[in-house]
Amino acid sequence: MGWIQDLVDPKARNWEEFYRNRWQHDNVIRTTHGVNCTGGCSWAVYVKDGIITWEMQQTDYPLLCDDIPPYEPRGCQRGISASWYVYSPIRVKYPYIRGALIDLWREARATHTQPAEAWQSIVEDEQKRTRIQKARGKGGFRRADWDEVLEIVAAACLHTAKRYGPDRIFGFSPIPAMSYLSYAAGSRFLQLFGAVNMSFYDWYADLPNAFPEIWGDQTDVAESADWYHAKYIISMGSNLNMTRTPDVHFISEARHEGAKFVVIAPDFSQVAKYSDWWIPVQAGQDTALWMAINHVILKEFHADRKTPYFIDYLKRYSDASFLVKLTPSAGSFKAGQFLRAGRVARYAGVENGDWKMLVHDRNAGAVRMPKGTVGFRWQDQKGQWNIKLEDGLDDQPIDPELSFRDEHDEVVMVSFHEFSEGRVYERGVPVRYVETADGIIPVTTVFDLLMAQFGVGRGLSGDYPQHYDDDKPYTPAWQERFTGIGRETVIRLAREFAGNAEATEGKSMIIVGASVNHWYNNNQSYRAPITALILTGCPGRNGGGMNHYVGQEKLTLVAPWTSMALGLDWSKPPRLQQTPTWHYVHSDQWRYEGEFTDYARVPAETKWAKGHAVDLAAASVRMGWMPFFPQFNRNPMELVNEAEASGARNDDQIVESVVDRLRTGDVKLSVEDPDAPENWPRVWFIWRGNALQSSAKGAEFFLRHYLGTHDNIEATEHAAGKTETVTFREPAPRGKMDLVVDINFRMDTSALYSDIVLPTAFWYEKNDLNTTDLHSFVHPLGQAVPPVWESKTDYEIFKSFARTVSEMAPLVFPEPFKDIVASPLQHDTPDELAQPTPLDWGKGECELVPGVTAPHLRVVERDYANLYNRFISLGPLIRENGMNGHGVHVPVAKFYDQLLESPVGTAPDPRRTRAVEWGGRKYPGLEDALDACNVLLHLAPETNGEVAYAAFEAEEENVGVPLVDLAEGTRGVRMTFHDITRQVRRTLTSPCWSGDVNDGRTYSAWTLNVERLVPWRTLTGRQQLYNDHPYYRDFGENLPIYKPKLDPVATGDIVRSQVDDQSLVLNYITPHGKWNIHSTYKDNLRMLTLSRGMDPIWINDRQAEEVGIVDNDWVEVFNDNGVVVTRAAVSSRIPPGICMYYHAVERTIYIPKSQIRGGKRAGGHNSLTRTRINPLLLAGGYAQFTYGFNYWGPIGIFTRDTFVVVRKMEKLEW
Amino acid sequence: MDIRAQVSMVFHLDKCIGCHTCSVACKNIWTDREGTEYQWWNNVETKPGTGYPTLWEDQDTYGGGWEMVDGKLHLKLQSKSGTLGNIFYNRRLPTINDYYEPWTYDYEHLFTAPEGPDQPTARAVSLITGDFMEIEAGPNWDDDLGGSPVYAANDANLGDLTDEERAQLNEIQQVVFFYLPRICNHCINPGCVAACPAGALYKRGEDGIVLVNQDKCRAWRMCISGCPYKKVYYNWSTGKSEKCILCFPRLESGQPPACFHSCVGRIRYLGVLLYDANRIEEVASSPAAELVEAQRGIIQDPFDPAVIGAARASGVPENMLAAARHSPVYKFVKQWRLALPLHPDFRTLPMLYYVPPMLPVLAKVNAGVYDVTGSDSPGLVPLLSSLEAARVPLRYLARLFSAGNEEVVGEVYRKLIAVRVFKRAKTVGDIGEHEVQEALAAGGLTAAEAEAIFRLTALPSYEERFVVPPLGREGAIEQTEDPYAHKREAGFGTRTAPERRW
Repeated sequence: MGWIQDLVDPKARNWEEFYRNRWQHDNVIRTTHGVNCTGGCSWAVYVKDGIITWEMQQTDYPLLCDDIPPYEPRGCQRGISASWYVYSPIRVKYPYIRGALIDLWREARATHTQPAEAWQSIVEDEQKRTRIQKARGKGGFRRADWDEVLEIVAAACLHTAKRYGPDRIFGFSPIPAMSYLSYAAGSRFLQLFGAVNMSFYDWYADLPNAFPEIWGDQTDVAESADWYHAKYIISMGSNLNMTRTPDVHFISEARHEGAKFVVIAPDFSQVAKYSDWWIPVQAGQDTALWMAINHVILKEFHADRKTPYFIDYLKRYSDASFLVKLTPSAGSFKAGQFLRAGRVARYAGVENGDWKMLVHDRNAGAVRMPKGTVGFRWQDQKGQWNIKLEDGLDDQPIDPELSFRDEHDEVVMVSFHEFSEGRVYERGVPVRYVETADGIIPVTTVFDLLMAQFGVGRGLSGDYPQHYDDDKPYTPAWQERFTGIGRETVIRLAREFAGNAEATEGKSMIIVGASVNHWYNNNQSYRAPITALILTGCPGRNGGGMNHYVGQEKLTLVAPWTSMALGLDWSKPPRLQQTPTWHYVHSDQWRYEGEFTDYARVPAETKWAKGHAVDLAAASVRMGWMPFFPQFNRNPMELVNEAEASGARNDDQIVESVVDRLRTGDVKLSVEDPDAPENWPRVWFIWRGNALQSSAKGAEFFLRHYLGTHDNIEATEHAAGKTETVTFREPAPRGKMDLVVDINFRMDTSALYSDIVLPTAFWYEKNDLNTTDLHSFVHPLGQAVPPVWESKTDYEIFKSFARTVSEMAPLVFPEPFKDIVASPLQHDTPDELAQPTPLDWGKGECELVPGVTAPHLRVVERDYANLYNRFISLGPLIRENGMNGHGVHVPVAKFYDQLLESPVGTAPDPRRTRAVEWGGRKYPGLEDALDACNVLLHLAPETNGEVAYAAFEAEEENVGVPLVDLAEGTRGVRMTFHDITRQVRRTLTSPCWSGDVNDGRTYSAWTLNVERLVPWRTLTGRQQLYNDHPYYRDFGENLPIYKPKLDPVATGDIVRSQVDDQSLVLNYITPHGKWNIHSTYKDNLRMLTLSRGMDPIWINDRQAEEVGIVDNDWVEVFNDNGVVVTRAAVSSRIPPGICMYYHAVERTIYIPKSQIRGGKRAGGHNSLTRTRINPLLLAGGYAQFTYGFNYWGPIGIFTRDTFVVVRKMEKLEW
Repeated sequence: MDIRAQVSMVFHLDKCIGCHTCSVACKNIWTDREGTEYQWWNNVETKPGTGYPTLWEDQDTYGGGWEMVDGKLHLKLQSKSGTLGNIFYNRRLPTINDYYEPWTYDYEHLFTAPEGPDQPTARAVSLITGDFMEIEAGPNWDDDLGGSPVYAANDANLGDLTDEERAQLNEIQQVVFFYLPRICNHCINPGCVAACPAGALYKRGEDGIVLVNQDKCRAWRMCISGCPYKKVYYNWSTGKSEKCILCFPRLESGQPPACFHSCVGRIRYLGVLLYDANRIEEVASSPAAELVEAQRGIIQDPFDPAVIGAARASGVPENMLAAARHSPVYKFVKQWRLALPLHPDFRTLPMLYYVPPMLPVLAKVNAGVYDVTGSDSPGLVPLLSSLEAARVPLRYLARLFSAGNEEVVGEVYRKLIAVRVFKRAKTVGDIGEHEVQEALAAGGLTAAEAEAIFRLTALPSYEERFVVPPLGREGAIEQTEDPYAHKREAGFGTRTAPERRW
């Protein structure tokens, strides 16, 4: 083969240096990516000539143990494209401000020496205000200098606080775990100011409400390496290749070790390629499939054969054996509330008797009161809050009766709602009679109710299905019409899933993603599969359980971070807003719908489940269930002044004065009249997020009602005359916001529509911390180059806000002053026992008692002149009060004092902490992000073994089971920022979390609960299969249930939009995409090149053909909410009836004008959605149903329930 | 025997998630310059699909690779009328439209747009002409079956399928796809090297990497046509051809290529293979059905003393031989017979091998409901992937990986399934010993082999996946410059771009 040259001669190959020279670099820095992504991957960034050239993954993750695949490499196509941003033409290099605003500002400043007065002269002049608002989003940016914009920002804050109160100033930034301090800097500034932080996890519809419902926890999941331990894995609506790109290899590796992998997804998704079985369930019908799976599991593994492992698990770790009262109702019975210990003679006098539940004990042959229920948590005597099966009175062991099937006093008929046909089924349930203070009453177990609910007859009388082919709820035959999946497949799936769990003692796993959680009845879509997991003993086992990976982004160092980020070291409570309710109300989307029962199914007779959702939202605020800001139609500082003027001498009397004025209606809650100008939000800071686009559900309504600029809405208002307690004003206000400030490294849609854009450092230009639920390491963000051009880190930006406010404060607020803060009943506090029966003082059902029937009202001192000093110092309250992480108290005084030993006045140091001194006192310093990183690492039980030890000691005392041994072996571990820049470090077992990671174990949620008998933070302290909150029962959701997919006609997204025979009406599905992490990378040239240069809408090939759409045609996608113009990706992997538009498209890149909406620029994916809330999820004041920030409340829902019209666009116009 | 050492590769397609991290790793480092924007030395394709450049597998159009003419091996490109006759007009050259017109966006407009009546947007701008353009093609256009009626339906490998099978592949219930990442195969019978009239392309003696000498290249572009995989690209700015260099500067410093390093599916393996260069022509001339077996035959056993002796005689260094003995590629390709060459029918003897993917079990739709095939049958084994009820017809995979020989592909699947059955029985125990023995026998595996395959598939560390041989740079440098001087002087000088050749 003479013509093939095999060349050795180095001389002839000298040219090879051409490529060798390219592979040269001057420095390599460890960092990661700081927003939007749950990946938390460690990256090496290469620097050449002082310029970042590229990045590659770090591969030095320590092995967990020898028989688990290594984590390396972690990092995806998006992450490796990030360096494109650093010097790209979309990089924000300087501060920008819109011309209309800067001109007015300079004019005002020329005549007003005080900046706050200059601001007032603009925003109180309607013409000027409108001029600024109409220009939003329409170009006209001008480069500005930092000093000038800082002055405007501080002036706007101070004027707004003075005129309306600091609770008219809001800040939105998501997912702190991606970059702890970039978030915390902003939240700390806002909280010290008295402003409001907005939640994100619920707003993104990522909060799986079923987790707090069942486990009392926001979310707790396994790290990805734990997937490898599973032997049966079901991925449900989670496209792991797309969204868990660096971790999906564990699935493949588990398969090679013999695990079976099943994918449930309507489309042949990217992860379906990986599966053994692909189950194309109809979009939004997962619940029906799982209801039938539960039917099979209950029948075959619990009724026909009692599987010992499952039975034992249910008794120990669930509420299955707890007693539920049956209440008479129209000739039969309804499932009522749990029987409470206080109503039974034996326990009549116990503390918190209303909050201790009972079981029927086989040993005693009578009812007994197991430890660990919520009443034990908040009683004076510590050490009884554990889930040992022991009587709380005499410590005797309890063997709870799971079912009364074999020994009962009677079988009674109980009615069960079925909502798809609106039928009520009467089914026989075995009961025992118990003597109570209310007489002799029938009780049954949760387990027996479940059997009846799922239609497993066990020979009992009543309307039970006879076999699997019997088309009654919830048989395999019944589910076919909803899911499109055959009964054979469902039966086989159930048998394999449960059989695997039996053989492996709980190693069956479900991985779930955003797609399922974004439907209206999201909680039920999760409750059904979680029920299957609990019935088969999987949660709390390595390799088993429910793993929801959607935006949660585990803040591993949760306890010190919370204190620092919310300014709790200086004052509390913080002002924290439940964002879905807030946007639903303030962006006026509530005005565009009537009663929520137009589309939601509830029982026929209800007390609460009716009317307009906005009224229920208002009630939830009145009753202390949900927060809402602004609080009152009055400036809170003025309320304090007025109270003092009328004689209040202390904080209690100030509170009393405000309570009196609320009672008489002299002061009103803002939520009851949100469109009154005094109740508008006025100033909005957005950083690390894309609040006006990718997370703006109902983006067009934001443009209209918040910004006051152009929009593409066709919808009309419907709420007039439909509300009871909330005032409907005419006309709806347009342009509530005085100022929108976006802090950004790129000119995205939010930046484009903001008044001021501030250049922030890219992730490769700052020091920060990063953790995730996908792995158990703590990562640094590291500075490969200093912030480029005029950008500054978020930390420095908010610090400069603090400094400017403090400098300007003496002119506006010369002295410290008092502010009154309203905050809802709080999860993980004794507030969990506040409302055994929910009553609304606003309707005269009870007295207004702050902290019991209404929000807490607390007086707080603000000191704007020292705001900067406080910002850079860790305040003394953390030393006094300790820290809290997921309900666990961590004492911290000793460790705080260690920080006080640090030097003052030295340079920032990645290895050391520093202190600051002012006003004659010394504090641990937070002057630089490096200081803050090291303070967090020093105070967190997850990174300081001694803190972990102290925290376990405290928790051991609280719970009354041995725990401190868990920290013994790692007591000597310390981590500094410098350490983690050398190699990522694994975090320690901590009482703030539920997984044991000692000795190379993979993190799996609830292993400490299962192995150490630490209670779940629920009503019964166990996994809650039954939710007896009266409000839940009112909505018909006490049991897992199937509620049908919403009817698109009833939801009314397509009323005025024209549908003809050349258009398709499709369910609009907006999953996470392949070429973006939310909106990030959607504008990145690399990702745009590898996709189609834009984000197409995916439609079924045959449906496309029907209306003459061919691949890559431009199409208009529209409904009454707005319009999108994009191109079609026509594909046989998409089922008919749905379209997929991968979410978070920027309307800044390659978006033509819409032809059907008057030639205006088309929108992004959220231009077609609207926010609605499921008012069920407002429930509060009751055990795990108490508010927590990002923990509980309605989610920003309805994206998946949206329908759109798709039609070919004939004319392309730019 | 003329033993040569070749740095070779395995891509385990069962693990590939189609994320393209590999593609971007490469692009960031090597092809982010003017003239290379459209080049993706590493790309990932969805199969079925037409790939990048479009329909590259269709050699009736592109004329790449080799063919047998009258029992002799000929470059397909030359056998028509000879290279020199076509030297100024190579009609088989792909045009930019067969790749795509690279673009960027007018991002600056978002900052500079004056205040107007509507929101500004950043339009697409051609990176070649600088004009506004509409985007009609890209390097990954049919990703995930996008445009399946146009692209998947025209996959060049569907030729052998019946009409029914083709129609079925396009039904939503039966639809399937998988990913095919591609880099230069660094073939041992490379069409590109053979086709170059200027002698600019060569195979490196020490590691077999195929390179285009940027000094010698004269832009004839015959290499582009000669390569049936279309993995040589023309840089329109410098006027030279460029291609995947297997990151030799990284290999020379002990690191695997960037696309290997960055592979988060952990699908990639790299190691040395020894082959007998005397047999290249013979092997490349084998009948189609025997090509895979013949190619396996040219790979030599690094533990065989005769091979070691011959290798020494051919000047293969000792530490290269040691690396060959640790090579994961040797295990997958030769020992376990799991990894197959892509399109052996092109007869270039590609040194990148693929383990084919296990895909979901077929399903049927009756009376509007979907049931997985066999869900009513007893036993777990048939449903832990299935050869019989596989979604992709074996014939399609055979077209890709075994020049149409279905038995070669079938053997691989029986082994992959056997490993899973064996491991499930060990870790869960819900599969009977009889079934395990049956599966192992079908796959022709011992328990020890199944365990070894499992370990290298599921558990390998970075160092087990990538066994980078020492490339003896001091010896190479010594021939032009004293390494001691090189140490002291490396990097001094100024950077100049290669000269454009017209």
